[in-house]
Amino acid sequence: MTTRLFGEPVQRREDRRLITGQGLFLDDLGRDALAAAFVRSPHAHARVRDIDVSAALDVDGLVAIYTWEDLPERVRDPLPLLIPHPALTHGRTAYPLARDVVRHVGEPVVMVVARDRYLAEDAAALIEVDYEILKPVVGIEEAALGSHLVHDDVPGNVGAHLVQEVPSRAGLGAGRAIDAAPHTLAFRLDIERSASTPLEGRGVYARWDADDRSLRVYSSTQTSTSVRMAIAAKLGLPLPSVEVVAPDVGGGFGVKIVHPWPEEVLVPWAAMLLGREVKWAEDRREHFISSAHERGQVQHVRVGFDDEGHVLGLDVTILHDHGAYTPYGIIVPIITATQLLGPYRIGAYRVEFSSIYTNTVQVTPYRGAGRPQAVFCMERTMDRIAAHLGLDRAQVRAANFIQPDEFPYDQGMVFQDGRPLIYDSGDYPESLRMLKEMIGWDGFPAMKAEAAARGRRLGIGLGCYVEGTGVGPYEGGHVQVTSDGRVHVSTGLTSQGQGHETVFAQIAATELGVPLEKVSVVTGDTRRFGYAVGTFASRAAVMSGNAIALACRKVREKALRIAADALEADPRDLEIEDGLVRVVGNPEASVPLATVAVLSNPLRYAFDEEAARATQFSGATPMDRPPVPEGEEPGLEGRDYYSPVRSTFASGMHAAIVETDPDTAEIRILRYAVVHDCGRLINPMIVEGQIHGGVAQGVGGALYERMVYDGHGQLLNASFMDFLMPYATEVPAIETAHLETPSPLNPLGIKGAGEAGVIPVSAVIASAIEDAEGLPIDRMPISPAELYELRRAAGR
Amino acid sequence: MGEALHEIALTVNGVVREVRVPGRRLLSDCLRHDLGLTGTHVGCEHGVCGCCTVLLDGEPVRSCLTFAVTAGGHEITTVEGLAGPEGELSPVQRAFSECHALQCGFCTPGFLCTVTALLRENPAPTGEQVVEGISGNLCRCTGYQNIVKAVHRAAELAAEADATPARTGEHA
Repeated sequence: MTTRLFGEPVQRREDRRLITGQGLFLDDLGRDALAAAFVRSPHAHARVRDIDVSAALDVDGLVAIYTWEDLPERVRDPLPLLIPHPALTHGRTAYPLARDVVRHVGEPVVMVVARDRYLAEDAAALIEVDYEILKPVVGIEEAALGSHLVHDDVPGNVGAHLVQEVPSRAGLGAGRAIDAAPHTLAFRLDIERSASTPLEGRGVYARWDADDRSLRVYSSTQTSTSVRMAIAAKLGLPLPSVEVVAPDVGGGFGVKIVHPWPEEVLVPWAAMLLGREVKWAEDRREHFISSAHERGQVQHVRVGFDDEGHVLGLDVTILHDHGAYTPYGIIVPIITATQLLGPYRIGAYRVEFSSIYTNTVQVTPYRGAGRPQAVFCMERTMDRIAAHLGLDRAQVRAANFIQPDEFPYDQGMVFQDGRPLIYDSGDYPESLRMLKEMIGWDGFPAMKAEAAARGRRLGIGLGCYVEGTGVGPYEGGHVQVTSDGRVHVSTGLTSQGQGHETVFAQIAATELGVPLEKVSVVTGDTRRFGYAVGTFASRAAVMSGNAIALACRKVREKALRIAADALEADPRDLEIEDGLVRVVGNPEASVPLATVAVLSNPLRYAFDEEAARATQFSGATPMDRPPVPEGEEPGLEGRDYYSPVRSTFASGMHAAIVETDPDTAEIRILRYAVVHDCGRLINPMIVEGQIHGGVAQGVGGALYERMVYDGHGQLLNASFMDFLMPYATEVPAIETAHLETPSPLNPLGIKGAGEAGVIPVSAVIASAIEDAEGLPIDRMPISPAELYELRRAAGR
Repeated sequence: MGEALHEIALTVNGVVREVRVPGRRLLSDCLRHDLGLTGTHVGCEHGVCGCCTVLLDGEPVRSCLTFAVTAGGHEITTVEGLAGPEGELSPVQRAFSECHALQCGFCTPGFLCTVTALLRENPAPTGEQVVEGISGNLCRCTGYQNIVKAVHRAAELAAEADATPARTGEHA
């Protein structure tokens, strides 16, 4: 028997420091560092004619002012296009400071460094930039007309255009399959912009060590290893001379996977140049206008189906607004296009998207990353089919489900990781059964009628999704047992509140048979682990979890080998329990893992009593072989990597009951139910927390949050006063149930859970409001004012 | 020419601290950068998110909307001052950890201060009073469900702690 911690709701190990004020977030570091501030464009589209800094030069405490002209080669170059794709024929990225044209409000133009942030902002306020205003391009459809251009050399404002087609089994294309279907429908759907909006913004703090000629950078990032490589390349430093650490990070949700941000290049560069520590912490307005948004799409749908609601053909054309630049490529619309089919087997599918430039903040993944739009499209389609045929909405979905015996199921497309879109496992009919039972689906019509009799208006809705999680290419883990019996685990990807220190410790403790208290975990610190991809796409548990498990298995095997020698036993007869290696069935014959660690490292010098056991006159090693046997290394440690052949597909289904006020059109969520399948659960408490948070963001996106741009490209609600993030008063109680269909693709059988909660919420709420109102809901988010207008337009 | 500095003395977590600050220095910045108490966080700088909430003479205030000079002569409690003298966690701190009421932990200090004051005012709040009581603090990670649970749990823990010495008293 081994210590079973995998699967237990273990309390989080990161909590103690966070509840006592001892967490260290970016701006908690570098108390004596100089502060950077930025002059940012107030215009959505303009040419920079002149920059006059003279008035700022007298500001007390000013250290430096930089414009694009001041930047050296490489630092001044456009930021990298991180994920090239053949369809992204016109990818464009920004300069770290505007070179001549600014393309969205908030684009950085001048960098100021001063003794503190107050003084840096004083100086920034005195810098005068002379702009020639250019015609702003705002709104997806306006931009797609191409009458004015965001980039002179991008005709039609089209950055990318991609078509994927999956013919029916009979070889029919979607167009012909739809034309030949007994029923067809065509409609348009809209989703507006929202954003990750972590409560801690971005931030960078750099220390240049002039004696050592090395640079240490702290960044509030989702990928410290890649930031490190980018900084080394930009600053022309040898990679080993640059270290990047993600300290405690106050939420990410996607926005912090983008890198290097202008500030991640400029702050370290200034620190090197000035020989001083420099820090920049983003403020809330900066976060709204200069980080990244997501979600905005217009979708045109054509669908053909039979009398039972089986989808025979589906054709979706998507206009995707990617803002002013494409540093993260076209990952978001690719995910929308490829995850749209959800848990369904569709006759023939054709999807086409155009990714369009506008003079707005760039669009990069926000939790869900294109899936909320995809699910909105597919689930609205299912509801329309049900309405057209007069069938139950759940029944139409069930009619189209991929069945449990059909896995692995090939959807016939290329996924966001460049690999085939093949679902590994799932049980969609069981999910739906559980969901219907939880929410009381079959009893709802009676409940609705009863409420209606008392003048109340209720509606029920549901939504299903499949989420590709744990995308490659790889993650690694390093595990070291030291002579005090402690287990030190490290992995390169970063943490933003997911509880990795706890779940990775659970995995290591289970694999090695040691108490949880003996295990410590470090993430996102390139000094500890240099190879990693990052935290995004619900991949951390799958990727690093499995890598750490594999590394632990190496360590375990080595520990058993060494212990077998010490105990004169066969390694196959040994087990590790509570940090003790012992012979099965003979508890007297045992050796602590701490001692095994000592024995693993033959010594000349005894630095303490324990170490004396491994010194050269201790007789610990036989005389007939070298102290470190051939093929072995000193130390009880192991490193391994997990690189999956393709992604693993989690799934889930949500349902909600809403009430709409007949007079005020206020929308209230009365109940919210979630059935979730992420394979084997490592820590159910943490998975549940992830779902709660995701649903809350989904509720924000469905009912409250949007980015309101005016025709000039000004973001009118760039503050928490006007961007309505839900408080406790807006988020309903969330009921959850778990289904576990293990993934056959990885040793632990797990799937990702981070993004799931947010994915179907807009679809579910739209479905429920439509049911309550009897009016088609085809754009989200929806406010009471908009619902009121819909009623008026329908003459109610 | 530098800015005029004001000398102020404020009692933070029971310790008198003297500091010279410009008139425009925010209390949040003074606590974080002048006094090194970085547990108080700043999430919006316009008084909406509640991350910077501290207790001023026991009452929750937004330290990002308070000038440090106006806090002179007052008692301030920050998240660093919530645990007992031996580092024993307060009922609110214990409950937040027990109920998984935090994820990234950035908003947590503001919630802890808010809830500490809430339960002092109302040791046994109803569900509605709890939601209302924390409705001035934003959290982007948890969806609030476990925070609500934690407030109720903290009320329970505090009641148990109050009850224990009383029982001892009866026996004596």
